[in-house]
Amino acid sequence: MNKKLTIAVTGLNNIDSPGPGVPVIRGIKDSNLDVRIIGLAYENLEPGIYMPGLVDKTYLMPYPSTGSEAFLERLSYIHSKEKIDVVIPNFDSELYLFIKFDDELKKMGIRTFLPTLEQFEERHKSNLPEFAEKYDIKVPESIALTSIKDLNDLPKPLVFPYWIKGKFYEAFKVTDSSQAKYYFNKLSAKWGLPVVIQQSIYGTEVNVIALGDGEGNTVAAVPMRKQYITDKGKAWGGITIEDERMLEITRHIIKSTKWRGGMELEMIKTEDGEYYLIEINPRIPAWVYLAVGAGQNIPEMLCKLAMGETVKPINTYKNGVMFIRYSWDLIGDISDFEKIVIFGEL
Amino acid sequence: MSKLNSLAISDNGFIFKPSTGESFTTNELGLHIIHLLKENKSTNEIITEITREFEIDKLTASRDLDEFLDLLKRENMV
Repeated sequence: MNKKLTIAVTGLNNIDSPGPGVPVIRGIKDSNLDVRIIGLAYENLEPGIYMPGLVDKTYLMPYPSTGSEAFLERLSYIHSKEKIDVVIPNFDSELYLFIKFDDELKKMGIRTFLPTLEQFEERHKSNLPEFAEKYDIKVPESIALTSIKDLNDLPKPLVFPYWIKGKFYEAFKVTDSSQAKYYFNKLSAKWGLPVVIQQSIYGTEVNVIALGDGEGNTVAAVPMRKQYITDKGKAWGGITIEDERMLEITRHIIKSTKWRGGMELEMIKTEDGEYYLIEINPRIPAWVYLAVGAGQNIPEMLCKLAMGETVKPINTYKNGVMFIRYSWDLIGDISDFEKIVIFGEL
Repeated sequence: MSKLNSLAISDNGFIFKPSTGESFTTNELGLHIIHLLKENKSTNEIITEITREFEIDKLTASRDLDEFLDLLKRENMV
């Protein structure tokens, strides 16, 4: 690919619960692609806006909850200025809009490489039991609740401790009904309904990052074990591992669903060697740069797939590669902040 | 001993288990035992070897070997 590509990326919130935008951009910049990076931010203090040498230009976007009209209008304005070739959305909460308006974006000349609406919907936390049954995958007992009253009448297999999960983000492990009620209210107020109750399984948290080509092929997959987990349940450190069973499960899911795009499978490995799928995130996760470091540049591959190139699957990676996050105080000038606040561009 | 062969073991006694991402440390004696196990030495041969190498009596060597083998089994490394 000789043409200079303009790639727009969201998720520049490199905070304690980080978005994947910054590591996605790092992966793209590590590749041989000739790129101009456009950051799309929702908040004017997303760190990625201000990180030196990361984005060539940033635009503020209206929140997806503002509605599709404002969203498309802003994207159209940015496209008129930047001629975007590929957009990589990285937030669960914005994916629906990008998927729904994929055709409109295509007509504008903006390419994506995202799951279909059906793929996106059926892997929702609230649909996980049905997904597991359809594709023969082991998942913990779970139920989606739309009323707090239902907490008092959970089906028999569900016992404390269990996880109470927000529709899009956040999960809390609860050990009694007062905690459960507190977090139900907190999560439903923040992310809406349903709230998902999922049985806690004792074991090691392991994740796979993968990329499906939409034809049933796994073009990239790297398993990782969380080594250091924050109080928000995010991996602050992790290490690539050699685990053929995890890769088998990943290839099975991608083949069965003909998954298109990046994904993260969150699993628990029990002491008996059983694997429980606890969540499917329909996008590249924030620890993607570990996969790049282990030999699979998933952001680069995703860009090529979006541009219609054939991408040869990579079946190898280096195990024992680690990542450790850190926080770093950037010093900025108020004039940059002013530009973002006043003009919505920097 | 195929499980032992899948471990990444450094000369410093750092052991990395690629299948789980776990890491362990051992001392010179543990490292020596692992090397002998990888050479398929019998328990008696290992006791004789470490008795000579570390200048300890057979009873201590036997006890140390048992403890170390227990640890390896518990961590699913043998």
